[in-house]
Amino acid sequence: MFGFFKSGKKPSPEPAATPEPVATPEPAAAPEPVTTPEPAPAQAAQPARLGWAQRLKAGLAKTRQVLNTPVGDLFRRHAKIDEALYAELEEILLTADVGVEATDYLLESLRKRVKRDRLTDSGQLRDALKDLLLELLTPLEAPLDVSRARPFVIMLAGVNGAGKTTTIGKLAKRFQAEGRSVLLAAGDTFRAAAREQLAVWGERNRVEVVGGQGTDPAAVIFDAVQSARARGIDVVLADTAGRLPTQLHLMEEIRKVRRVIQKADPTAPHEVLLVLDANTGQNALAQVKAFDEAIQVSGLVLTKLDGTAKGGVIAALARRAGHAGTPIPVRYIGVGEGLDDLQPFRAREFVDALFGD
Amino acid sequence: MFDNLTQRLSRVVKNLRGQGRLTEDNIQEALREVRVALLEADVALPVVRDFLARVKEKALGQEVLQSLTPGQALIGVVHKELTALMGSAAVPLNFASQPPAVILMAGLQGSGKTTTCGKLARIIRSQGKKKILLVSCDVYRPAAIDQLKTVAAQAEAEFFPSSPDQKPEDIARAALDYARRHFFDVLIVDTAGRLHVDADMMREIQQLHAALKPVETLFVVDAMQGQDAVNTARAFNEALPLTGVVLTKLDGDARGGAALSVRFITGKPIKFVGVGEKLTGIEVFHPERMASRILGMGDVLSLIEEAHRAVDQQEALKAVEKLKKGKGFDLEDFKAQIQQMKKLGGLSSLMDKLPGAGQLGAADLAMGEKQMRRIEGIINAMTPQERRNPAILKASRKRRIAAGAGVTVQEVNRLLNQFEQAQKMMKSLGKGGLAKMMRGMKGMLPGMR
Repeated sequence: MFGFFKSGKKPSPEPAATPEPVATPEPAAAPEPVTTPEPAPAQAAQPARLGWAQRLKAGLAKTRQVLNTPVGDLFRRHAKIDEALYAELEEILLTADVGVEATDYLLESLRKRVKRDRLTDSGQLRDALKDLLLELLTPLEAPLDVSRARPFVIMLAGVNGAGKTTTIGKLAKRFQAEGRSVLLAAGDTFRAAAREQLAVWGERNRVEVVGGQGTDPAAVIFDAVQSARARGIDVVLADTAGRLPTQLHLMEEIRKVRRVIQKADPTAPHEVLLVLDANTGQNALAQVKAFDEAIQVSGLVLTKLDGTAKGGVIAALARRAGHAGTPIPVRYIGVGEGLDDLQPFRAREFVDALFGD
Repeated sequence: MFDNLTQRLSRVVKNLRGQGRLTEDNIQEALREVRVALLEADVALPVVRDFLARVKEKALGQEVLQSLTPGQALIGVVHKELTALMGSAAVPLNFASQPPAVILMAGLQGSGKTTTCGKLARIIRSQGKKKILLVSCDVYRPAAIDQLKTVAAQAEAEFFPSSPDQKPEDIARAALDYARRHFFDVLIVDTAGRLHVDADMMREIQQLHAALKPVETLFVVDAMQGQDAVNTARAFNEALPLTGVVLTKLDGDARGGAALSVRFITGKPIKFVGVGEKLTGIEVFHPERMASRILGMGDVLSLIEEAHRAVDQQEALKAVEKLKKGKGFDLEDFKAQIQQMKKLGGLSSLMDKLPGAGQLGAADLAMGEKQMRRIEGIINAMTPQERRNPAILKASRKRRIAAGAGVTVQEVNRLLNQFEQAQKMMKSLGKGGLAKMMRGMKGMLPGMR
């Protein structure tokens, strides 16, 4: 039955493993010119940001391939604006997880704009849609400034498997590169080996990790904040166990974690990050709502954008107000597995990368 | 958060009552609502389109029963078709091979592979006397191997040690060899999460598959996954001869449209669903229930089954005995009931499964749950004698109890009223059917009216 695998695949493992070591995400830059020949000149104009802009594009390359191809085809096939074109645009937005409500909103606005500006050809329609998407996403762009408090306490939360612990590792690396001292609090005292996972990250980053399995998460984080204050640490990253919003007792627990952090430092937590998996569909809305109600989320991290998932759900999120009355900003996006693959969210780059320019 | 389909349709099709047949015209609007419902449940768009075409074909020309509207009749067709598509019955794991039967896990990062390994080990062990070995080929994620080791210990299965400096294929071969020589019945192989577009990693799992020749290759999918589920499922299905799917994190409030997408693309049966982080949180997949969930129709069947499992049978028997003997239902029993409800995952998990409970907001549920805790607190503040015979509770005792539980006397009185209602309810229940009781309970909690 598996004869095919026996004969065909066996000799290949050795050569396959050698050319690309798993730990280095850098080669992402190499395939870049193959997939997209255009962006090179545009990037040359701003050499300072080339590094991360390139990485973002590389990370979104597959996204772009998927989204770009239909959009590109679409605008080539239809010279005039007609219903079929709108229908196909709708399809593209829906398959990017933008959701029914936000898609309807975008298309409705697009129609109005076409009327207002008397647009006639499909190329203009494309720019108009990009502008609309950009207008929708720009309010989400609000980079995190960790220098306004010391220690700056960041609490991370999210559903199981969203990528919280991995995100913490990447954030720690990032803050260290900026010359800040970092302390990790292993608040996931539930999942097997969660502390060990963070410990390994800490080791790689040469960062101390506080906490142990089986203890109370709030207590672990309380200790970490106090110790950071005593030692003049710049940033505390507090991990929490993954939980689904339907697990009310766990939502109650995370409320308590937030309260206890506040006891250790009345101004803390200075940032409450909710980690969202870009693969998540419309349930992301329910997640944001539930976590925001429980712990007043102040920023989002969108992870796993290096697959073919498009993360379009942030467009739907941009249409909803958080506890502060405004949409919750997206602080970072994760575009790869390497430590450097966590980037600040920039609406312009995100939309550009999505459309492939 | 989302309107369920039944609500959507009842709005749309009220005025269409009395038409004899489903026609292109009278189902048009209803079909559009079904489309939105499926999309909101995260069923992938290409799948939605195919599915609706199929439904339309089946529905056209069908007779509409007198009592129904064309929209309701259409829902019947949709539900039937959805169930058929999901697979008509539960498909068990295949152990029909020379031992060890190898089970290989595959999926994206964070889909729940390692937890599912432990759950599978546990459920296989509980079903038959099988010797199970677990091994992790995840040499990439920090502490992934430790995690499986812990999970294996919890599942009381044996763990084959590996280390991050080994090659996954070598680990797999060594584990298989060990399993053969020590006469294990089942070998469960955990693998690293991987992106379907990562060619190297996909090649790696193909090599693992070739080395292990597993009898089951299970694709682990997060029930919350969105539109991209079609792309990942297609890629994994093309790379590996999958034998089944495990749908995880179904205890969340995601409608789980990914289940339909994956099933549609791969054609492989969904064998298990994961509910909760505990190792007991695994269930056999029931197609008709999933169909109802995607359509937002509640999951009454699941509830009944869950109730049967989690509720302490002896406790229930004791209560029945007590009633038969003519002894009253006392506050001790009342408390036991509340504890049983907790075992079932609390009110929210129960209400999730009852149709129509969608009208209760999360806030109502949280209040109901708070109320339950408070009731427990009040009962705890009573003496055993008071619990057995609440009639002796007069003003001074009530004051003491209120102080002890940190509530007001009014709240103690309210509890006693509720208890009286419950007592009446118990009397009317001949045999103490739990589901009926719970429906009564729902009305009892003030936060939930």
